[in-house]
Amino acid sequence: MLRGTPFHERTAPLCEASDWRRWGGCVAAGAYELTHEHEYAAIRGTAGIIDVSPLFKYRVTGPDSARLMDRMITRDVSTCDVGQVLYTPWCDPAGKVRDDGTVHRLGEHDFLLTSAEPNLLWMHDNATGLDVTIREETEEVGALALQGPASREILRGITEGAVEDLRFFRTMDTSIRGVPVRISRTGYTGDLGYEIWVGAGDALALWDTLIEHGETFGVAPAGLIALDMVRVEAGLILIDVDYVPAHRAVIEDRKSSPFELGLGWTVKLDTAPFVGQAALVAEKARGPEWEFCGLVVDWESLESAYQEFGLPPQVPGSTVRDSVPLYRDGAQVGYATSRCWSPALKRFLALAHLRVPHSSLGTHLEIEVTVEHRRRRATATVARTPFFDPPRKRETPASPTRGAA
Amino acid sequence: MSRDSGYDAIIVGGGHNGLITAAYLGRAGLRCLVLERRHLVGGAAVTEEVNPGFKYSVASYVVSLLRPEIIRDLDLPRHGLEILPLESTVTPLPDGDYLGRWADHDRTRRELYRHSPRDAEAYDDFGTLMFQLAWAVKPILAMVPPDPLSMSPRDLKAMLRLGKHARDLGEKQFNALYKLMTMSSADFLDEWFEFEPLKATMSASGIIGTFLGPRSPGTAYVLLHHYMGEIDGVFRAWGMAKGGNGAVSESIASAAREHGADIRLEASVDRVIVRGGRAVGVALEGGEEIYAKTIVSGVDPKVTFTRLLEESDLPTDFAEAIRRFRIRGSSGKVNLSLSELPDFTCLPGRGPHHRGAFSISPSIDYLERAYDDAKYGEFSRQPYMDIIIPSMIDPGMAPPGKHVMSIFVQYAPFDLNGGWNDAKREAFGDAVVNTLAEYAPNLKEAILHRQVMTPLDMQEVMGLTEGNIFHGELSLHQLFFYRPAPAWSNYRTPVKSYYQCGSGTHPGGGVCGASGRLAALEILKDLGR
Ligand SMILES: Cc1cc2nc3c(=O)[nH]c(=O)nc-3n(C[C@H](O)[C@H](O)[C@H](O)COP(=O)(O)OP(=O)(O)OC[C@H]3O[C@@H](n4cnc5c(N)ncnc54)[C@H](O)[C@@H]3O)c2cc1C
Repeated sequence: MLRGTPFHERTAPLCEASDWRRWGGCVAAGAYELTHEHEYAAIRGTAGIIDVSPLFKYRVTGPDSARLMDRMITRDVSTCDVGQVLYTPWCDPAGKVRDDGTVHRLGEHDFLLTSAEPNLLWMHDNATGLDVTIREETEEVGALALQGPASREILRGITEGAVEDLRFFRTMDTSIRGVPVRISRTGYTGDLGYEIWVGAGDALALWDTLIEHGETFGVAPAGLIALDMVRVEAGLILIDVDYVPAHRAVIEDRKSSPFELGLGWTVKLDTAPFVGQAALVAEKARGPEWEFCGLVVDWESLESAYQEFGLPPQVPGSTVRDSVPLYRDGAQVGYATSRCWSPALKRFLALAHLRVPHSSLGTHLEIEVTVEHRRRRATATVARTPFFDPPRKRETPASPTRGAA
Repeated sequence: MSRDSGYDAIIVGGGHNGLITAAYLGRAGLRCLVLERRHLVGGAAVTEEVNPGFKYSVASYVVSLLRPEIIRDLDLPRHGLEILPLESTVTPLPDGDYLGRWADHDRTRRELYRHSPRDAEAYDDFGTLMFQLAWAVKPILAMVPPDPLSMSPRDLKAMLRLGKHARDLGEKQFNALYKLMTMSSADFLDEWFEFEPLKATMSASGIIGTFLGPRSPGTAYVLLHHYMGEIDGVFRAWGMAKGGNGAVSESIASAAREHGADIRLEASVDRVIVRGGRAVGVALEGGEEIYAKTIVSGVDPKVTFTRLLEESDLPTDFAEAIRRFRIRGSSGKVNLSLSELPDFTCLPGRGPHHRGAFSISPSIDYLERAYDDAKYGEFSRQPYMDIIIPSMIDPGMAPPGKHVMSIFVQYAPFDLNGGWNDAKREAFGDAVVNTLAEYAPNLKEAILHRQVMTPLDMQEVMGLTEGNIFHGELSLHQLFFYRPAPAWSNYRTPVKSYYQCGSGTHPGGGVCGASGRLAALEILKDLGR
């Protein structure tokens, strides 16, 4: 039997669709309802609750904890305030990405690292000679992502502290109806949202409070299918889908640097040494060979590809993760790793690896589509990501109720 | 010239179509001015806080066919448009049972099977056929209607395309299409199904906005429109805009402004100024005159041609055709503020059905009887209703824990015996609430506020002639190259540089925006852009 998350007792009976997926060795709901549309709509329209407990969680404490983090990740930990969260990749010595996740600075010498894959060994290897304690909290801590436009209002009514003042990528320790929690304004949806971290023993109480209090706000449990759609709209990469972790790649070609994954903005080269730094300095100097881009498939051209067979265009109802080739002037210049019809934008989106220089904004390419068992091509244009980027994601309005006093 | 207002085009009426025209013209570089009579844009697609804290989609309430290319071209999601799916359609039945149709195919099949194993299978076959037909008819909706009598190369080419299209249909499909065009929805559905509530609920889509009953010929065609959305690659075409239907209009207005349009509210156009057979400007109530080279009307054909123009501006046969254009209103709307959710006897307690639609349509006879009342000048004592609870889809529509309910009602004839007045309006509201309370007994107690819109109210408040929700009935003789009048279905009018872009033009009513977009594209063609 696979492990359930600390919320399993509640999520299992809700999973009408019996659609279970695997995630980090746990079972996680793909969709709760028979169709996932309502769950998708909840994340974009009201608020969705996503059980993200399977994330790996490592607590790093001790006088050298900041040095360990700095040594591992591409971002500059010295600029990270206590109470701040950094999204970051980390690399192997060749500057190729092993994993990506978040680093939460909980104290001067206290960090939480979350990741999609196990990282304990890698952390230990990098901690040689450092005065740090690394503790895995994966199973002890449950996590719920509360994501969507109503999420702030929902938390405001039940949280001890001024959660409405919590800024984008900040975290606070507080309690929800007496249950101690940590709330970070983070998520994987590109929308206003929070992740709530809770001791496994308190997990069910937290779930019940959120569901009960959230009902009038239209909250709905949302599964991984909906999450996979909104993360494409948000232009966020997924490990094992959009890139292969460097230490699992059996051939060099499969590895990607942060520059090649659209994560150049996370690479701070003029800081303390970190794993992969020298390789990334060199790569930056010569310019990356690949870039990770958003694509919008041109609807009219998709229509004509289907028209040939007397059919209206058929677009996937959820994210598809098989890679398809991309062409320019007849030659293959890249491949798309995630594709999704966005119900919100009414556009067919893709995330893609493109060889420089075919990656510049506005470049017209061709994407392979299979129509009636035959390979066809539709035009697609390199577009800015996030495709969906509502201002509310980052905004923190001055709170009217508690004021500045 | 001192007269120069600086605008290239003036659009009369800030309904969603007028706004779309302004946005597309603006996108092409024209300076547009939209003149709207009311204090807010949207026309029949508005959200108003009639009762403080409770937001009503006062008239239209669901979005079905809003063209995806408009959403993309105008980037409406960035301007705030979000369409949330409607879960289901539940038809409560007088015997305490119900008929449910859900988002999930298997669930619907099982539910239909419960009532009729035969219908459960027929339903899928029907769906396949309708999909084929909708796919065949769709290009017609997307094209500018040609004039069948014209010999111009452009019209001929379009007619040829139409002919080819009809030839491409298989025999079975062609026969079905012919039946759809000529039969009543009741007869057409009788050929497919046996379970009365299913037939009645499906046939209801054929009577919405018409002054016809389910047994009136011609009503079958509208069934097709229901399947139209599905071929746009938009699975669940039916949805509710977050913030109500006014949010659709507001997002389009925002896009239009971004493309340089000015929108003036509380600016009622009294007439279009015509000089030498050419529209050159408009005169507002109050006398102000504004001039521009292009004038576009987004109001219904009656107002466009009889109120805003002098009879002498129009050729006699055209004026006659407009006079004959059928625009009888037959629908009412009731909006409620509720202290709690309606508790349906057939599905007690709170459930996912509250996030969907409810249809009061237990049988064809029920609907036909409702029509009988209207035929003889009364509102239906037991009306057909299409209901949603917007606050269950977007909780922002009502204060926490409270709800709003939107009830679309048929029939309420514009020409009521003795005419509409306050007492009649309330009696109509009572008939609606009493009928619904038979299925949800807690309803009456839960009502905090009630807004009743009669066809007369829709004319007075929203400027819809006779309260017709579609700017003219969607019957076959008023569609395609006959909408609104033969030879003038291509958004132009007998008056030069005077155009029409409202729902009274092809492809017609609903919050679909096609008229506004096609009109703009034709105007741009004439201007050589
Ligand atoms: C009760 C009701 C329910 C409906 N339900 C639905 C539904 O659920 N789904 C759906 O798709 N469709 C529905 N419809 C139909 C749909 O709302 C209309 O077909 C559509 O909104 C019409 O849009 P329009 O832009 O063409 O015209 P309108 O919305 O009528 O806009 C015309 C505008 O012109 C303004 N105006 C009028 N005269 C003047 C003047 N002299 N000067 C300046 N401005 C003027 C009006 O105030 C108005 O804003 C419903 C309609 C009604 C009435």
